Amino acid sequence: MMTQDLSQDVLTPIWLTLALASSTTIILLIVGTPLAWWLARSKARWKEVVAAFVSIPLVLPPTVLGFYLLIALGPNGPGGALASLWGARTLAFSFPGLLIGSVFYSMPFVVQPIRNAFEAMGDRPLEVAATLRASPCRAFWSVAVPLASPGFLTGAILGFAHTIGEFGVVLMIGGNIPGQTKVLSIAVYDFVETSQWATAHLLAGGMVVLSFCVIFSMMLIEKRLRQARS
Amino acid sequence: MTKENKIAFLFKTPLGHFDLDVALDIPARGVTALFGPSGCGKTTLLRCISGLNQASVGRLVVNGEIWQAEGYFRPAHRREIGYVFQEASLFPHLDVRKNLLYGSNSKKLITVHDFDYIVDMLGLGRILNRSPHNLSGGERQRVAIGRALFSEPKLLLMDEPLSALDKPTKEEIMPFIERLHENLQLPIIYVSHDMNEIEHIADYLVLMNEGKIVASGALADIQSDPNLPLVNYHDSAVSLEGSLVDYDAHFGIAKFEVHGGFLNVPSCEIAIGVKRRLKVYASNVSLSLENIKSSTIENLIPACIIDMKETNPFQVTVVLRLGRQGDGARILARITRRSWETLGLSINAAVYTQIKAVSLVRKEY
Repeated sequence: MMTQDLSQDVLTPIWLTLALASSTTIILLIVGTPLAWWLARSKARWKEVVAAFVSIPLVLPPTVLGFYLLIALGPNGPGGALASLWGARTLAFSFPGLLIGSVFYSMPFVVQPIRNAFEAMGDRPLEVAATLRASPCRAFWSVAVPLASPGFLTGAILGFAHTIGEFGVVLMIGGNIPGQTKVLSIAVYDFVETSQWATAHLLAGGMVVLSFCVIFSMMLIEKRLRQARS
Repeated sequence: MTKENKIAFLFKTPLGHFDLDVALDIPARGVTALFGPSGCGKTTLLRCISGLNQASVGRLVVNGEIWQAEGYFRPAHRREIGYVFQEASLFPHLDVRKNLLYGSNSKKLITVHDFDYIVDMLGLGRILNRSPHNLSGGERQRVAIGRALFSEPKLLLMDEPLSALDKPTKEEIMPFIERLHENLQLPIIYVSHDMNEIEHIADYLVLMNEGKIVASGALADIQSDPNLPLVNYHDSAVSLEGSLVDYDAHFGIAKFEVHGGFLNVPSCEIAIGVKRRLKVYASNVSLSLENIKSSTIENLIPACIIDMKETNPFQVTVVLRLGRQGDGARILARITRRSWETLGLSINAAVYTQIKAVSLVRKEY
């Protein structure tokens, strides 16, 4: 009984965290790539304003971001209006709400490396592709994406890892609902609060190992990709 | 030039300290060189033709096909051009073969024959499976040329394709570019600030300065026009098209017929009838009033003075036409002003040109 409880207490947050981090990463790759492309290639002056907004989560205390998200996702915000479509009152304190929060919170970590990679590539490869009759769409997929692949990899891994590590935003908009919003970082906090040190150790140690593996493999893969490109 | 075999353009667009402001018809065959100092707008003009730049005012008609007009702009990827940049700019994530075939139309797959022909012409056979990282500068540029050719362009644009290369590499690539010129019926616009390259390959020359076209015409005409700056160059020269009529194997001297006379050129044995481009430097030509038979100078050809230009207070450059009637090819002679006055030379005077050295510009391959 005890072991089953423990495994529930430990495994559910792990699974939830991985689900949140992978969905966030996928959404950010889909949304962030066109945004990074526009930031890298547009000549619009106000694009840096957009870039600054994207990067705000880097400096903003997560509780501040979480506070605004709470309002936006709540019954009186756009999130509430959206939730009313399927009869719910609010998007806050739910997995979709958490996902929306994570997307905003982790966006700079995905957009920035991809933008840098597109900028580092310069205009020339795309010009060459155009003079070889490649449509802008073909040039994007056959030249820009492969050349920027180290940036995509860095962005995806940073976005994934950063979502795993998020705490403040989750606390503000997700609360602590087991199986729905109780992610790893919150679970560790909970175990410590309730003096379940052994379980806290297990989770915390696991996080350290996982984070190390993620960062280390990213560095290795990136190094290899860069060698292949340079 | 009829509408179908010319490239007609008009472009106006800001260009740093001045505007690019050009309008010209050039032949859609052979090699047209755009020549001028760095920053005079040659590359911008080439980019306007390619569609990589959009001039604020522009008109471009290639072989009767409108590529740009008021309210119409065909984007670069819909223009049937090949573009060779100063740096090879190969795709680093593709091997040589995939780079070469990137622009070839997959629907009408390039035939094996065409592929082998171009690969052989550019000497790429042994590097097809290599990655661009492992190529020398010269190999890279040859792949870039091949890649442009495989897109089956109707117009090849080359933007100083040799200027990023060191001298030995330049000499390695030049024959390949000459082969393009000789073997393919493909008009080429070639940007350069190196007269030596232009003397090798250009048929038609456009002189540019500060965004404007100073002059344009057949290469030899521009080289020998006393009102244009080329005649004042320290190493000014005229290119002549010659065909081999005799070869003296004992002395290794080839006799070429040029318009208005014959030129003897030390050369390895080449077949009779072969056409070669010859180059005569103004400083290698002297003039005399009599036919001096006893001289070490190989070439003594009657000619007629048609113009002259004071290069500096003590030197003049004389423009001559070969032949007794003065109806042959033009050449230049650089002589002192004292000789000009002592010999009593004047325009329309008949003289003998002594040509000390003639170079074969296009070598055998």
